[in-house]
Amino acid sequence: MLRQKGFLIWSGAALILALAWGLPASGALNPYVIQILMYVGINMILTLSLNLVNGYMGEFSVGHAGFMGIGAYVASVLTVAVLPPAWAAPAFPAVLVCGGAAAALAGLLVAYPSFRTRGDYLAIVTLAFNMIVKSVLENISWLGGPRGYLGMPRLTTLFWVAAWVILTLLVLRNLVYSNFGRGITAIREDEVAANLTSVDTRRLKLYAFLISAFFAGVAGGLYAHLLQFINPRSFSILKSTDMLVMVYLGGVGSLTGSLLGATIFTVLLELLRPLGIWRWVVGPLMLVLLMIYRPQGVMGFKEARLFKPKLPTPGGGSPGPPAPAASPLRGQ
Amino acid sequence: MPAVHLWGKNMFQLLAQNVLNALQLGSVYALIALGYTMVYGILTMINFAHGDIFMVGTYLSLAGAVFLLGLPLKLPLVVVFLGAMTFSMLLTALLGVSIERLAYRPLRSAPRVSAVITALGVGLFLENITLGILGPQPLHFPDLIPLTRWEVAGLTFTPLQVLIIVMAAGLMILLDLLVRRTLLGMAMRAIAYNRPIVPLMGVPVDHVISLTFAIGSAIAAAGGLLYGLAYPVLDPLMGVRIGWWAFIAAVVGGIGNIRGAMLGGFILGAVEVFTPLVLPSSTYRDFVAFSLLLVLLIFKPTGILGRPVFERV
Repeated sequence: MLRQKGFLIWSGAALILALAWGLPASGALNPYVIQILMYVGINMILTLSLNLVNGYMGEFSVGHAGFMGIGAYVASVLTVAVLPPAWAAPAFPAVLVCGGAAAALAGLLVAYPSFRTRGDYLAIVTLAFNMIVKSVLENISWLGGPRGYLGMPRLTTLFWVAAWVILTLLVLRNLVYSNFGRGITAIREDEVAANLTSVDTRRLKLYAFLISAFFAGVAGGLYAHLLQFINPRSFSILKSTDMLVMVYLGGVGSLTGSLLGATIFTVLLELLRPLGIWRWVVGPLMLVLLMIYRPQGVMGFKEARLFKPKLPTPGGGSPGPPAPAASPLRGQ
Repeated sequence: MPAVHLWGKNMFQLLAQNVLNALQLGSVYALIALGYTMVYGILTMINFAHGDIFMVGTYLSLAGAVFLLGLPLKLPLVVVFLGAMTFSMLLTALLGVSIERLAYRPLRSAPRVSAVITALGVGLFLENITLGILGPQPLHFPDLIPLTRWEVAGLTFTPLQVLIIVMAAGLMILLDLLVRRTLLGMAMRAIAYNRPIVPLMGVPVDHVISLTFAIGSAIAAAGGLLYGLAYPVLDPLMGVRIGWWAFIAAVVGGIGNIRGAMLGGFILGAVEVFTPLVLPSSTYRDFVAFSLLLVLLIFKPTGILGRPVFERV
């Protein structure tokens, strides 16, 4: 059983990668569709990474665009100013990892306050972090200041996006269904009780923020090398709100939900493009209605069977984050 | 933003002039911060849409003023000012109450996070719908206050500055009296103290919460009118920056505490006015303000005047 599922996952991943490599080359898809697919992929990485903090750990980060921005700028500076042009393409994965690492480093700035404050106040900390990142980027003149930074080669291809989505998904799936995952779920349900049952809450929070920030930074690097132009305003609180919509639309505490949320949101906004400025009214309205009528999202705390490991456990129960009994998120 | 006036030749005059500017700007921040802090005090919810309610209030003041000036009656400016203020305060109060009724009340028993996300959504909705209706081009606020200057001991005053500071102070004193001395204020404090018990004592909780939103929004509208007179270029995204700054003011002062919001407003006004004097450019002001917030939250999360809250196990 376990073998079969493993085989299914790996062959599925290989198939997706092959398609991501072959389809753009074959010319069967028009470039517009490929572009949208890449946006969907980047948004999937962002949503998955945010879901780790907001969905599984139950903290409330509203500043994820800050991590994305750091990743985008660091990766862009590496390909434009540091590396010789000939090296940029082969070193692209390493460049993305550097961007992610820089974002993870910045994640410390949010992780440490999270030891002392939580809930509303931690939300404010993440928000302040987002604003500070944007403000710093606007004031560094050799990064273009508010005018933005450009000159990146278009290195982001569907293949790289697909590869990073699969990598993110695999890493997060293995984390979420490990001891680490149960630990952060315990923090979500009751931090004090988790601490009493010997969950090292500080260490877990630190890791969760680092991992989440890392993948957001990678997504930022992919985004920068797709658009070939970034400015501090692309990483404002608006972008963070978009990510929140995707997480809560798809479903908190669900990897399947993150994939679904990112897809629905990105495609819907693309379909609404003819509405012009009015399409930006639709997103917020959707968010409000969603919160009122289905706050847990489409797939809240549910998972496609493919992503669930079925490990032999004593008693036969399926391991993994249990669905919370009363309150879907930490309430009052 | 506020021009750094360098007419005073010596350091003291420069300082005094900037303190005056900080008071003027701080008054506006304080008025908006009051709305954040009142809602947080009563519902423990951050109403992130409040900055955009302020923006709508400013536009409504503009609409009222332009309408009254356009009438063929040649109304005196005082009447136009008061008329625009009444018009915008009433309609903005209505907007605040409707937002609470339609978007926040269904979530009263939902997890806190849902309410916060909804508030962010409502704010974006207000911004974008204003942008959709009016377009992105900025609008100009007419001059309702005579543009004379008074010089006293090297300091330059304008009637507008005096009006802003006096009116803001008046509104704050009224609000403080309302919360501390009236039955409505007592009900507000009681709800903040213990929401489950208060309805058993016969307090109409929903009415009191609606009134809180109405008062907070009306005060934001008054702040909007004053802001529009002082910085007469309006655009639909103005509420974002001012709203965040006022929010920082509320948190710095101690969110949920009305006097704290006033104090925080003046601190933030000072940050904005004095940043360009210390750092190379005024573009650092967001950095300074948010760093202040971050440092404060790490060392004293409940703000300057807030009381610590302990989690019961």
